[in-house]
Amino acid sequence: MMFVFRRLLLTIPILLLVSIMTFSLIHMIPGDPARVILGQEATPEAYQALRSELGLDQPIVVQYFSWLGKVIQGDLGISITDRVPVSQLIMQRLPATVELTIGTFLVAILIAFPAGILAAVRRGTWIDYTSTFTALGGMSIPSFWLAMMMIIFFAVNNQWLPSSGYVPFLENPTQNLLAMVLPCLATGLRESAVLMRMLRSSLLDVVSMDFIRTAKAKGLNEARTILGHALRNAMVPVVTTSGLMIAGLLGGLVITESIFSIPGFGRLIVESVFKRDYVTVQGAILVSAVLVVIVNLAVDILYAVIDPRIKAGKGAGE
Amino acid sequence: MKTVRKFLRNGLGVIGAVIILGLIIVAIFAPQIAPFDPNAQDYNKILIAPDGEHYFGTDDLGRDIFSRVVYGARISIEAALISVGIAMLIGVPIGLLSGYYRGFWDEWVVMRSVDAMQAFPFLILALAISAVLGSGFGNAMLAIGIGFAPAFVRITRGQVLSLRNMEYIHAARSVGVKDARIIFRHILPNALNPIVIQATLAMASGIIAEASLSYLGLGVQPPTPSWGSMLNQAQTLMSVAPYATFYPGIAIFLVVLGFNLLGDGLQQVLDPRARK
Repeated sequence: MMFVFRRLLLTIPILLLVSIMTFSLIHMIPGDPARVILGQEATPEAYQALRSELGLDQPIVVQYFSWLGKVIQGDLGISITDRVPVSQLIMQRLPATVELTIGTFLVAILIAFPAGILAAVRRGTWIDYTSTFTALGGMSIPSFWLAMMMIIFFAVNNQWLPSSGYVPFLENPTQNLLAMVLPCLATGLRESAVLMRMLRSSLLDVVSMDFIRTAKAKGLNEARTILGHALRNAMVPVVTTSGLMIAGLLGGLVITESIFSIPGFGRLIVESVFKRDYVTVQGAILVSAVLVVIVNLAVDILYAVIDPRIKAGKGAGE
Repeated sequence: MKTVRKFLRNGLGVIGAVIILGLIIVAIFAPQIAPFDPNAQDYNKILIAPDGEHYFGTDDLGRDIFSRVVYGARISIEAALISVGIAMLIGVPIGLLSGYYRGFWDEWVVMRSVDAMQAFPFLILALAISAVLGSGFGNAMLAIGIGFAPAFVRITRGQVLSLRNMEYIHAARSVGVKDARIIFRHILPNALNPIVIQATLAMASGIIAEASLSYLGLGVQPPTPSWGSMLNQAQTLMSVAPYATFYPGIAIFLVVLGFNLLGDGLQQVLDPRARK
């Protein structure tokens, strides 16, 4: 319990810094942000109205604390172009991104685990070389190009799967799942390569340890030794990689969602960037960073579940 | 010399080095290698499939895709060097000073800021910075460089922490060597190996990041040929000219693979833990 509490405390300064960085975004715009957003043709009234809506007519410290106060209550401001609360826009877009993240993660795990375990167990054989080299190749493929090649093969040439679009799961589960296959595969294949390499190297470290030799000497078969003993001890770096992966996915999905026209969180950011809707950009990047902090926190707590030594020590994050 | 010999025995690393060398040669000699002006439009030769004259075909404006891919190598190599250069210029000095002096600034300002920056998904951070600064190659490089910097702070600081208590550093301090000299003459050279490995691997990510931003329309602007912006333009041609998508992507894949192989190879040679 102390471990979780200490880890939670460490999160507070990080969240504060994240909020300062996000707040600074609008103030990094060269020149007057209101003028940049509205353009040179805007009337003085519109200009003054936006300045006061963004709070730019107040001292910067006052602006920050007033913004932070609202953010804590879930008010991320009003979208400059759509005139609806940013939090509402984000909530509308999150389900597609969450579904995409889960699908991508599943693809990555389903490929990485068997491949990583086999490569480690059959170290130095053709299985190991093939999976290791394929993984290195997989890590080098830009996922957006892979997505485009998949669209050409599966949707344009063969019409097996839809090339783009999104239907909510509750509206039409079959259509939804069919539309999710290509995006999840395109992003998941690359992620599986990263995870597979980590699992292989982590398992190789563990299988040379004394307790594995003992298990084997006592006559335990290979499958039980690996799956029952080695795998759990090799999981800490794998969980770290998975946590980083989920965090990275939030960024990577920006492109996947653009290619497949999925109305997700990433696409919201891209659209807002082009519409110069800085309030939405600001709100969305704040939410993405907070999500990453939460995932990292969950990963650290998960460490303690997997490896009780971490709980007993000073904590994984230190 | 011993390190070079060891590296040359690492087959995959050498393949990576050869690919990167090839990229550099193509980038330098692009005018000699490319058979056409990469921006020359020929409306009589729109969407021609690869043949003996146009090796990779032509796009919807009649531009030679092979020539554009060749010139795109310049943008890619610049992207790799500039983005990682910016990241190192920011990250390495901060990591050195923070790790050497430690204390409140290190623990609560530098490291917590690094934690906070790393909380932003990389591409989203780069997008946000590009959004604020405006699109274009220079701003994209700055955005990617800033996004990569925290990793360099962390890795450099980690190295300094393990070196600052070594006997030779205590000895240097006890004979009155100034801090700046200790940091730059005695610590930095011994901390370089992991920084070099990180830089090589970051170059692979830098190329993908530049291609991603250009693909989204925030990096290199048309008509300058960059592999990412070529993929952006090819997206509407997927059904009629799949080759317009294929070749720029293969180029990105090969170069990123080259940097990844080189990085892995260097890690095997320079990092004793990886060797083990």
